[in-house]
Amino acid sequence: MGYTIAEKLLLAHIDKKDIKPGEFIEARVDLALGNDITAPLAILEFKKSGFKKVFNKNGIVLVPDHFAPAKDLKSANNCKALAQFAGEQGIRNYFEVGRMGIEHVLLPEQKLVLPGDLVIGADSHTCTYGALGSYAVGVGSTDLARSFIDGKCWFKVPHSVKFIYKGKMSKWLGGKDLILFTIGRIGVDGALHKAMEFTGPVIDKLEMDGRFTMSNMAIEAGARTGIIAPDEITLKYVRPAPRKFKVYHSDKNAVYEKVYEWDITKLEPQVACPHLPSNVVAVGELKNIKLDQVVIGSCTNGRISDLRIAAKILKGKKIKSGLRLIVIPGTQKIYLQAIKEGLAEIFVNAGGVFSTPTCGPCLGGHAGVLAEGEVALATTNRNFIGRMGSPKSFVYLSGPAVAAASSITGRITRPDCVV
Amino acid sequence: MIIKGKAHKFGDDINTDDIIAAEHLVHTEAEELGKHCFKNIRQDFVHKVNRGDIIVAGKNFGCGSSREHAPLALKGCGIAAVIAKNFAAIFFRNAINIGLPFLELNEIADIEEGDSLEIDLSTGIIKNLSKNRIYQTEAFPEFLQEIVEYGGLMGYIKKKGKGKQ
Repeated sequence: MGYTIAEKLLLAHIDKKDIKPGEFIEARVDLALGNDITAPLAILEFKKSGFKKVFNKNGIVLVPDHFAPAKDLKSANNCKALAQFAGEQGIRNYFEVGRMGIEHVLLPEQKLVLPGDLVIGADSHTCTYGALGSYAVGVGSTDLARSFIDGKCWFKVPHSVKFIYKGKMSKWLGGKDLILFTIGRIGVDGALHKAMEFTGPVIDKLEMDGRFTMSNMAIEAGARTGIIAPDEITLKYVRPAPRKFKVYHSDKNAVYEKVYEWDITKLEPQVACPHLPSNVVAVGELKNIKLDQVVIGSCTNGRISDLRIAAKILKGKKIKSGLRLIVIPGTQKIYLQAIKEGLAEIFVNAGGVFSTPTCGPCLGGHAGVLAEGEVALATTNRNFIGRMGSPKSFVYLSGPAVAAASSITGRITRPDCVV
Repeated sequence: MIIKGKAHKFGDDINTDDIIAAEHLVHTEAEELGKHCFKNIRQDFVHKVNRGDIIVAGKNFGCGSSREHAPLALKGCGIAAVIAKNFAAIFFRNAINIGLPFLELNEIADIEEGDSLEIDLSTGIIKNLSKNRIYQTEAFPEFLQEIVEYGGLMGYIKKKGKGKQ
């Protein structure tokens, strides 16, 4: 019997000849990631354990991105703990504010993750790197601390579920619409403990930014990761690569627990309604949802192509009076690129703000927290109760086209209604 | 080990933002996190909970973020165990890693808010003392049992003598 790409990736990181879903393994980790919320706990655990030196200082990445630039004194102390630990241990992949970006946008951009890697991150959206054909999973702080000690992590080998997307994407459709549609169909536990594998002619044509968006939200269906097998688009993105990497593909006779196949030709842009990412409807079904705030950014949709789509819609237009538009590029490189291409100017002229990279409002941290009763449309990944601030606020999720169009009208709007 | 406490009932898809909202993630101590447990969805929870009490929830408990602050907050406010239909993957591993006992049970509808429960972790038997019912849950696989026996992942690693001292 053949293997899926997920099984092959895990098998390549253990000293065994065979692997099967359901079994527990302890595998070698290529890269371990922590941020200003999860790494302080990991550092505390590591220090408590009595170990002095990390197993592989070059296999650790620390990114203060959630509450950074530090939003308050406690956050400042947490960020400082990361900087100090990086200094003590000689961890060169520590990204201080100024080099910092939203971790899951930053790591692929810096080519720290390559196809074939096994990556753990103390952040649930670590699954983003599945788009590169790596096995990337979110773990907890104690898992991260353990990897500091011996470079390993325990895994339960997941069953794989295959998703085939057929047809042709309509003009304003992107990776976000595909993944929202998918989560809407299968539910927030539709791929619980599974490895999702995204395939089909639509994925073959999807650029890396859209692929990252899809893999990013695999966790929102309960999956361990969301993998896209490397192809020419992947290779073009990672080359020239700073080190050797390995490309894996699922065998023809690989075993999937389930296969979904959808034709997306008639799919409209999708929106997830409060308070679950699976409460998904076509944008046209939402009439009269009045908005107080629109956020374009995050590890889901803070990439340059997301900003380009938003700018295309907002060019020469003004946002609705009384609405706040907050645009957050994922990294410093994207920030500069957006300035160079005139995108930043378009956002500011439209009446929006253009912020330094941060996770910020996505998790109700800072830089755009919602007040009681307020309604937001965001290109982020979660719309749980209180996710962006007040437990009495409401968050809708969409791609950048719907978000930009809606900021002009002040209501959730189809992109083709404003351009 | 025997755990005895009152049931606090929750529904499906309880996420980690529900368990501990992001604004409190600046803290790392279980006690402090525990003061804010379930604040967004059940404000009076921390005042009603007693040390040793048990969460009883539906499917996909702990979905969302990887924050280990969630199981820490539960521990911090005195929760001794979580019973749910099933658990989200990262919460599952975090609970194992920090030694928060949890059990999967299909018949959670039988248990009501405030029922007195008794859990025998060594046998996986849950007794509903209020309703006089007994449930047998499945034991953890051997690998996970070993981590639990060492009090969590760090204890397990130290015992195995891994890494550079």
